[in-house]
Amino acid sequence: MNILTDYWPLFRDGFLTTIELFLIAGVASLVLGVFGAMLRVSPVPVFRAAGTLYVTVVRNTPLTLVFLFFVFAYPYLDIVEFSYFAAAVVALSVYTSAFICEVVRSGINTVPLGQAEAARALGLTFSQSLAEIILPQALRSVVPPLVSTLIALLKNTTIAAGFSVAEAGRIRSILADDGENQLVGLLWVSLGFIILVMFLTLVQRSLEKRWSVAR
Amino acid sequence: MSNILFDAPGPRARVRHRMLAVLGGLALLAFVAFVVWRFYDSGQFTARKWEWLQYKQVQEDLISAILATLRAFALGAVLALVFGAVFAAGRLSEHKPVRMVSAFIVELFRAIPLLILMFLFYFGFGSIGLDVSPYLAVVLGLMLYNGSVLAEVFRAGILALPKGQSEAAYALGMRKTQVMVLILLPQALRSMMPTIISQLVVLLKDTALGFLITYDELLKYAQYIGGQGAFGRPFVPTAIVVAAIYIGMCLLLTWLATYLQKRERRSKKHIDLEDGGAKAKQIQLAGEAGAGGGGAGIGAN
Repeated sequence: MNILTDYWPLFRDGFLTTIELFLIAGVASLVLGVFGAMLRVSPVPVFRAAGTLYVTVVRNTPLTLVFLFFVFAYPYLDIVEFSYFAAAVVALSVYTSAFICEVVRSGINTVPLGQAEAARALGLTFSQSLAEIILPQALRSVVPPLVSTLIALLKNTTIAAGFSVAEAGRIRSILADDGENQLVGLLWVSLGFIILVMFLTLVQRSLEKRWSVAR
Repeated sequence: MSNILFDAPGPRARVRHRMLAVLGGLALLAFVAFVVWRFYDSGQFTARKWEWLQYKQVQEDLISAILATLRAFALGAVLALVFGAVFAAGRLSEHKPVRMVSAFIVELFRAIPLLILMFLFYFGFGSIGLDVSPYLAVVLGLMLYNGSVLAEVFRAGILALPKGQSEAAYALGMRKTQVMVLILLPQALRSMMPTIISQLVVLLKDTALGFLITYDELLKYAQYIGGQGAFGRPFVPTAIVVAAIYIGMCLLLTWLATYLQKRERRSKKHIDLEDGGAKAKQIQLAGEAGAGGGGAGIGAN
């Protein structure tokens, strides 16, 4: 009666979907987040205001509500049809990118003044100095909080289970339908997440060691 | 801070910035207009979709749903603070076994997604005959997860105090409990207050997860109203209203944090932390991302 071995395909597919969701949403929110951070430090006030508004609104909205919007409300708008999986990716990316934006912006603040001044003295434009000088250093200094945000994203993927995506958080309801012991199943799921989080923490440590810049 | 990245704009740059502002503003406006037009075109702004707000019954139910959210928030917050204080003390203990057990528990509950924790209490214990009410499951999940994050925040706050504070207290002949309660905690709490309140904002947002384990809170009610055929299935209007309520509640808490932070800066009792509270800030940033089970992972620091 070992649930893990009996239901191995279920657990495997569930966690594979979780990882897929995590990877796609992770890349999307990294790109969006860095873009948002660039908006928030740009010389044009309108861009700064737009970035600030986005971050304030999204950071104060529960992720479950973002999901609810994209799964139930969004289809009524008839723009582009999303599958449940795509809706989950969009909801997670929209939500996580606001946090990544904040992390990257705080990283930009840690880059010493002299770097930006030297870049300007060399005649680099704003976008050049940001892309070539500031961001590479900023990203290195924010590796730990950045990976922590991604770990949060990994754990947040479980919410997709409540919105018809067959990922790790969903395993429970299938076990329930078969009348299996949900407690044991959920403990296995927890263990799976602990392992994934530990792996990401190891990645975090090694990146931190490799990229930490002595200042 | 942003003006370090670019020089004060000259005449040509000003023109360029103005053009960019106009272009960007237009693009933004076009996007917003498109979304609003889609809302309008699909009939989300017709009176029929909003008339649910006029019913007295709905208004009363909406308020009781908000109260249900706040009830989970209040109890969860108190328990999380207590849990955090206990395990922060445990992690700072002089006895190695106590330290190890506390560290294990704190890291364990930070690594398990909050939703899975709630599932464990509600469905898991339910399936072995131990009935846990949805309310209790939400509160327990919030306590364990946010309590663990808070424990790390408290610990970072106390460790960041200058060493001279505790040394001086010991030199005066205080016992370790006295040192902690009279000297370290008041100072640490003062500097940690904004971080703690931000974590409480996270806790408030996390109550929305109760929706997935059938706890009758604000989001659950929104979905119920949104699905009512009698009101023309107003999913979009309810989502907008509920989002406004959540954002309002969270912003109130955030403003409290900013206010305290400002007052703190003016206060003469202020003490500069050795790392400027950077570590706690980092823990909090990570915790914040986790409405629904976020936070730094095992041994993330």
